[in-house]
Amino acid sequence: MLVYVVRRSIQAIVVLLVMSLIVFVGVYAIGNPVDILINPQADQQERERAIAALGLNRPLWAQYAAFVSGALHGDLGRSFVHGTSALRLIVERMPATLELALAAMLIAVVLGIPLGLWAGVKPSSVAGRAIMAGSILGFSLPTFWVGLMLIMVFSVMLGWLPSNGRGPTTDLLGVPVSFLSVEGWRHLILPAVNLALFKLALLIRLTRAGTREALTQDYVRFARAKGLTRRRVIGVHVLRNILIPIVTVIGLEFGSVIAFAIVTETVFAWPGMGKLLIDSINLLDRPVIVAYLLTVVTLFVAINLLVDLLYSALDPRVRLAGAGG
Amino acid sequence: MAREESPLRRIAADFVADPLAVAGLALLALILVAALAAPLVSPQNPYDLAQLDIMDSRLPPGSHSAAGSVYWLGTDDQGRDMLSAILYGLRISLTVGVTSTVGALALGLVLGLAAAWLGGRTETAIMRIADIQLSFPAILIALILLAVLGQGVLKIVVALIAVQWAYYARTVRGAALVEQRKAYVEAARGLALSASRIVFRHILPNCLPPLIVVATVQIAAAIALEATLSFLGVGLPITEPSLGLLIANGYQYLLSGKYWISFFPGVALVLAIVSINLVGDRLRDALNPRLVGWR
Repeated sequence: MLVYVVRRSIQAIVVLLVMSLIVFVGVYAIGNPVDILINPQADQQERERAIAALGLNRPLWAQYAAFVSGALHGDLGRSFVHGTSALRLIVERMPATLELALAAMLIAVVLGIPLGLWAGVKPSSVAGRAIMAGSILGFSLPTFWVGLMLIMVFSVMLGWLPSNGRGPTTDLLGVPVSFLSVEGWRHLILPAVNLALFKLALLIRLTRAGTREALTQDYVRFARAKGLTRRRVIGVHVLRNILIPIVTVIGLEFGSVIAFAIVTETVFAWPGMGKLLIDSINLLDRPVIVAYLLTVVTLFVAINLLVDLLYSALDPRVRLAGAGG
Repeated sequence: MAREESPLRRIAADFVADPLAVAGLALLALILVAALAAPLVSPQNPYDLAQLDIMDSRLPPGSHSAAGSVYWLGTDDQGRDMLSAILYGLRISLTVGVTSTVGALALGLVLGLAAAWLGGRTETAIMRIADIQLSFPAILIALILLAVLGQGVLKIVVALIAVQWAYYARTVRGAALVEQRKAYVEAARGLALSASRIVFRHILPNCLPPLIVVATVQIAAAIALEATLSFLGVGLPITEPSLGLLIANGYQYLLSGKYWISFFPGVALVLAIVSINLVGDRLRDALNPRLVGWR
């Protein structure tokens, strides 16, 4: 197990290094770094001083080394627009994004697994077909447009829910959160539903496929022959066996929820990292873009690593294959 | 011995058996014709400023213009007929989607075949890059690229190719690995045919069925991704008003109840995506590929 953990961690570090190299080459080598990193309003003298101070006259490998060492010290440059540390800006916005992503994932799991079970147990019933048709729609509808339609119906036409922003936040252990107040919930619900739809469709399909496969297995037949109630067979025997892949996918998809939050945050003006990224791209605030990308890539690699380790802990076959190969 | 039914006919018969798929195909055909014939069928040229009347701006669907014609889907903030704008927007969205899919298909095909045929380090390198890339969501990769490259039609096509090639490379490699162990490849080798001839004339045609399925699904994904990126303001420039840009333009009027500027372009986008997916779904069953991989 220890060998596997070490191997997997080394792999994760390699991926991180490669990604940092790509981001570095993209922003510092392909684009003109002078334009990117120095305020365009600076005069010639100031520019030259800045070039020397930033080390842009040094060879590329030395610049990359400086960039990595800066990144390891939490220094990814200063935002042109805000004038503060780019990394701090990202970290400040992170709780809003994480709260939105967690709420979306919760909605997807709480609705997706029961609906998927239903569709798997009764695939040809009207409800089963309706659930599957719904999940196809969930895959086909573009997230940003669904968000607009949610605003149109629930904010403009019905006037039930606010259309943008996070509302008042409450501090929980120093972290501002929305879910502790009614007003916060009112702001959270539409973006969370919007972000959840795609994952909901995915979970329904996954659960349904797993259920259908499990129902043909011997252990289900034995459980039925033993005279167990239908409820117990499905709720305990089937569910437990299909849960491992589902939990893995939930873990892996959490990263993609954070990435897709970019879209939802822009539609609902939710003050998270994703909205900050889009604003920064539009304002050419490159240090913040670099900081966002590195933060999210790190988050991704960490999530993938964690899921892999959890999976190997849950399923011993994976661990053996990984350590032996 | 009974003559074997031609595979194409079998696939067609299988396809027609599903009414939903036929409906999808009919809808797709209608959309394609409407997009191709946009200059002929649309009520006005939405980008000829002489034909626009600012007095007609933001009229609801069904309004009459000053000149007496009817704006069936309303007008935007510049008095542009939304139906015409949508037909022209469809052209741009479909063109970008198809172009990038063809590009990604070609790139993925070559890299996937190279990986399967050459094996060894080349294979490891290509498939490793594909694996790493597929572990990140497409939208994130596209945003990284566009943040670096900037805006433009060519740039978004490059970004879409970059996020899609890995699906094809994986699919082709899987199919080619199976094919190249078969007797006909052995026979071709025995005839001392050149490697490129064996790969492209013998192996490639047999890898096509799963690729067609992946490509159909990917065109829909590419159109959706382009619309999303354009909506976010990092995709196509304003000079190429695709459906995503039309929706973005209507966003600011949505809150004042002028829903039609965003709503109808979105409906057109959804119809295009759903029809392609319906066709792709059925093709997947009809072709019964060995490998189906997306997402």
